[in-house]
Amino acid sequence: MDSLSVDHLLGIKQLQPEDIDLIFRTADHFKEVINRPIRKVPSLRDITIANLFFENSTRTKLSFELAEKRLSADVLNFSAGQSSLKKGETLIDTVNNILAMKVDMVVMRHPMPGAAMFLSREVNSRIVNAGDGAHEHPTQALLDSYSIREVHGDLAGKKVLIVGDITHSRVALSNIFCLQKMGAEVKVCGPPTLIPKYIESIGVKVEPNLRKALEWCDVANMLRIQLERQRIQYFPSLREYSLQYGLTKQLLDSIDNEFTILHPGPINRGVEITTEVADSERSIILDQVENGVAIRMAVIYLLADKIDKRNSS
Amino acid sequence: MKSRTLLDKEQIKLILDRLCFQIIEEFDSPDELCFLGLQPRGVLLSGRLQERLKALSPEEEYRFGELDITFHRDDFRRRETPLTPQSTRIPFNIENKTVILVDDVLYTGRTIRAGMDALMDFGRPKSVQLLVLVDRRFKRQLPIEANYAGKRIDSIDAEKVRVEWLEQEGEDKVVLYNTEENG
Repeated sequence: MDSLSVDHLLGIKQLQPEDIDLIFRTADHFKEVINRPIRKVPSLRDITIANLFFENSTRTKLSFELAEKRLSADVLNFSAGQSSLKKGETLIDTVNNILAMKVDMVVMRHPMPGAAMFLSREVNSRIVNAGDGAHEHPTQALLDSYSIREVHGDLAGKKVLIVGDITHSRVALSNIFCLQKMGAEVKVCGPPTLIPKYIESIGVKVEPNLRKALEWCDVANMLRIQLERQRIQYFPSLREYSLQYGLTKQLLDSIDNEFTILHPGPINRGVEITTEVADSERSIILDQVENGVAIRMAVIYLLADKIDKRNSS
Repeated sequence: MKSRTLLDKEQIKLILDRLCFQIIEEFDSPDELCFLGLQPRGVLLSGRLQERLKALSPEEEYRFGELDITFHRDDFRRRETPLTPQSTRIPFNIENKTVILVDDVLYTGRTIRAGMDALMDFGRPKSVQLLVLVDRRFKRQLPIEANYAGKRIDSIDAEKVRVEWLEQEGEDKVVLYNTEENG
């Protein structure tokens, strides 16, 4: 059968549409697995995976860990807070020390863009990027597109709107690549200060007016304002932001368009999305979380096949 | 590649009927058992069984499902090409029932071992039995035997047994291929 064209999952940019399709088809089966009475399969029982999180994360880390455990892999967890990085060790040394303990795959989140790519060139292991700075977050984009596919079927020709802090969001960039590769049309909406200047050069249109944008789209992906990555003030206040770009019940009711609502989490309720909207029937936020485990199982399963084969001549 | 037809359409039809009668005779009520076709090729056989059972005892309702064993196989990462998963569909509870696993060819027994493991993810059946169309006897690598076998054959490892179906290959037949040049 088909296998992935890549040896690592560094970003969506390196994937072919066939790879994305293969990941989706594999995730369909894992979604069935995680809804069985016994939600676990033994495929990866001789594989060890290290989760290296050099940046805080709750849901991504839990989701990866659960995906690994449901595949019966052995899991090592590492958080930057408790590490020797503070003692001056380099990233390559840290990872090579972990690999010396016979680890087969590394899932890494790192604040520096390109960290996963760098690591994949320097160490002998499969690398899964779980977010590198403001660059890419491929598994999030895959699960977002997978969730859209579940509701709307084929992604080709679908109109997807991404609202919020596009400049600092790795979710936005990975989503744009993924959606475009699957044939969807992407628009972004947000404060002009948070929209990258050259975004139109990658085929993404900008719609500054949220109402117009929502009238156009089949799916709206509401992003969080990444205050931790903003070193200067990009807009006057969160209140002002939420008045202009927040999705409220009133706005939703006044638009005659049944679009689906996504949010990658964590939600800042009352800022980019209000509680009524986040918990409404149109929102598939919790489906995204469930699909996240299936997507990560698929990615890990498909990459595990790339680990040096045992007993092969 | 040399090939030889082991069973033709008529013989397969007779065997299917015999297997169905064996099942009907063995169990008092269809409520106590269910059939699971192993993906991918066992499902085609279980589809035929379902058809024949329906025709032979129309008043009874037999349960049929499909089981994919990809994630339970013992040769993951030991093959050249990765395995493609297929769908699993078990729309009933297997708890305390006799589960009859259905596959087209029994050879090393490894697929059946994986099938038994995969099955346990869905509960604790009362017992597990095995039904196959072709049993390549004396070729087992695990201590597994079929409770119901269509035809037992002797073969060598260089040979391949292929069960072909009308809906897939255009004709019902069982063919023995010899993959060796001068075999």
